[in-house]
Amino acid sequence: MSNYNAMELMICVAARLLENGATVGVGTGAPCAAAMLAQKTHAPNLLIVFEAGGLAPVLPAMPISVGDSRTSHKALMATSMCDIMETCQRGVVDYAFLGGAQIDAYGNLNSTVIGDYAHPKVRFPGSGGANDFASFCWRTLILTQHDRRRFVKQLDFLTTPGYLTGPGAREAAGLPANCGPYRVITDLAVMSFHEKTRRMQIDSLHPGITFEQVQAQTEFELGRANTITETLLPQPEELRLLREDVDPHQYIIGR
Amino acid sequence: MSDLLAGQGPLFANPDPDAARAFFRQKKGALNNKLMPVSEAVAQFIHNGDYLASGGFGTNRIATAALHEIVRQKKADLGFAGHTTTHDFQILAAGNRHGHRLLSRIDAAYIVGLEARGLSTQARRLMESGDVDVCEWTNYALACRFRAAASGIPFLPLRSMLGTDTLKHSAAKEILCPFTGRKLTAVPALYPDVSLIHVHESDCHGNARIKGITVADYDLARASKRLIITAERIVSTDEIRSNPNATLIPAFCVDAVCHVPFGSYPGNMPGEYFSDEQHLKAWLNAERDSDTYEKFLTTYIYNVPNFETYLDRCGGTARLAELQKLEHL
Repeated sequence: MSNYNAMELMICVAARLLENGATVGVGTGAPCAAAMLAQKTHAPNLLIVFEAGGLAPVLPAMPISVGDSRTSHKALMATSMCDIMETCQRGVVDYAFLGGAQIDAYGNLNSTVIGDYAHPKVRFPGSGGANDFASFCWRTLILTQHDRRRFVKQLDFLTTPGYLTGPGAREAAGLPANCGPYRVITDLAVMSFHEKTRRMQIDSLHPGITFEQVQAQTEFELGRANTITETLLPQPEELRLLREDVDPHQYIIGR
Repeated sequence: MSDLLAGQGPLFANPDPDAARAFFRQKKGALNNKLMPVSEAVAQFIHNGDYLASGGFGTNRIATAALHEIVRQKKADLGFAGHTTTHDFQILAAGNRHGHRLLSRIDAAYIVGLEARGLSTQARRLMESGDVDVCEWTNYALACRFRAAASGIPFLPLRSMLGTDTLKHSAAKEILCPFTGRKLTAVPALYPDVSLIHVHESDCHGNARIKGITVADYDLARASKRLIITAERIVSTDEIRSNPNATLIPAFCVDAVCHVPFGSYPGNMPGEYFSDEQHLKAWLNAERDSDTYEKFLTTYIYNVPNFETYLDRCGGTARLAELQKLEHL
């Protein structure tokens, strides 16, 4: 069990950030796996909400779709997209938990196009519920692989709001006050956002990784938190649950 | 206020509530018998140039039989609401090939992806080709557009999209709240010309029940000018009247009722059967090579007389029994 891949590491680290009793709106893919792992380990009372209407299920397997019937397995309620998003909009939901194709220094996300919008090189799905979740939930967690194609100075398209152009920008744009990106979890490090500048900074480095290595995989300049710690490795029990219960068909951890 | 932003995306449908009221006033015959085959419903109620919406959630409770039929009947120039449309969008994308243009206008909130399964090569090809006009939204924004239409009002305000390119490429507009002065996003009512919704049970008039999550279908059914229901089971009106709390869609929304057991296949149907991940994977794989894709579509859509034959070609009752078992973990 000592060997694990980058995705397994990210999921284990991300799962630990979700405390027992918290509410979290999860996006499709890896965030589903992390939320389920959290529910299976330290957070049995994690209230997971899904944009299609699943409210607080006990997940029997990782949902392949955020609208499949796993999302309402033993749920407290099977409801609608408007009900879930309005619950977020009125301030009930603590975390949004998302992935993304591109991210910038302020935690803004692109999941719409690579290249020019009118003639895209690659068309991605678009916002889905990501823009809504990240606009409404108090804290946004972002899970993504770390490389220079993803961690860019300038997004090709700003799909989902982080801190936009910096301090006060969300509020000026009209978004609900006092929310925004909280942590970014990658295969190299965990990052937070500086209290004043709202720019991304390194919080903890995964074992064997240096600050310079992370900076080399990032187009924009990274800050340093006051203390940079070492990330706790995936534990054998976390890996067992992840492989046997959460994602036995390797939809996510097989990537 | 000069600093209020207006999205520059195209508006594909008229949000005017009085135009919609005039349409709904002349729609009569709620308690007619609307049972008919899918082929007839699609021929009669979906016209070239219509704006179409698909209920459910991409690979969950989708009206697969009607989607296949739209492609088979080579409908043209349709607008489409991409409110988490994954396999449904992938099916329709098959219609934009060899110079034929099934889709021409897309309201995009979530398209081209199949969530954890990856991206559809052919849906991407369509969106990257420039063959369709596109307007960006979020899932909640599209759900609010259906809700505004269902409520008979021209728009609804919400607090997402603000500050992003998603708003700039939408047809939404920033407004100021008349009570608090706060900036809000106004999204226009969306009245689809025609929608498809797959349900668990319906009577012959279209009084329909859905189990599990309802996604945006409560509002979509009411927002749509015409509605095709496909149903796992047809029940009596006495059964409907015995438990009115269970009805999600009332008959006056509905134009056609089609009996299609396993009608969400290869998608998931809550409480009935799980998604067929093997078939969905085969579809994604076939899309990567144009010859393979052509043969795949011939086998599974074009050279298929009806939905039962499609189910047979996908493994028939044996496979469906496995999916029923998978659903009840």
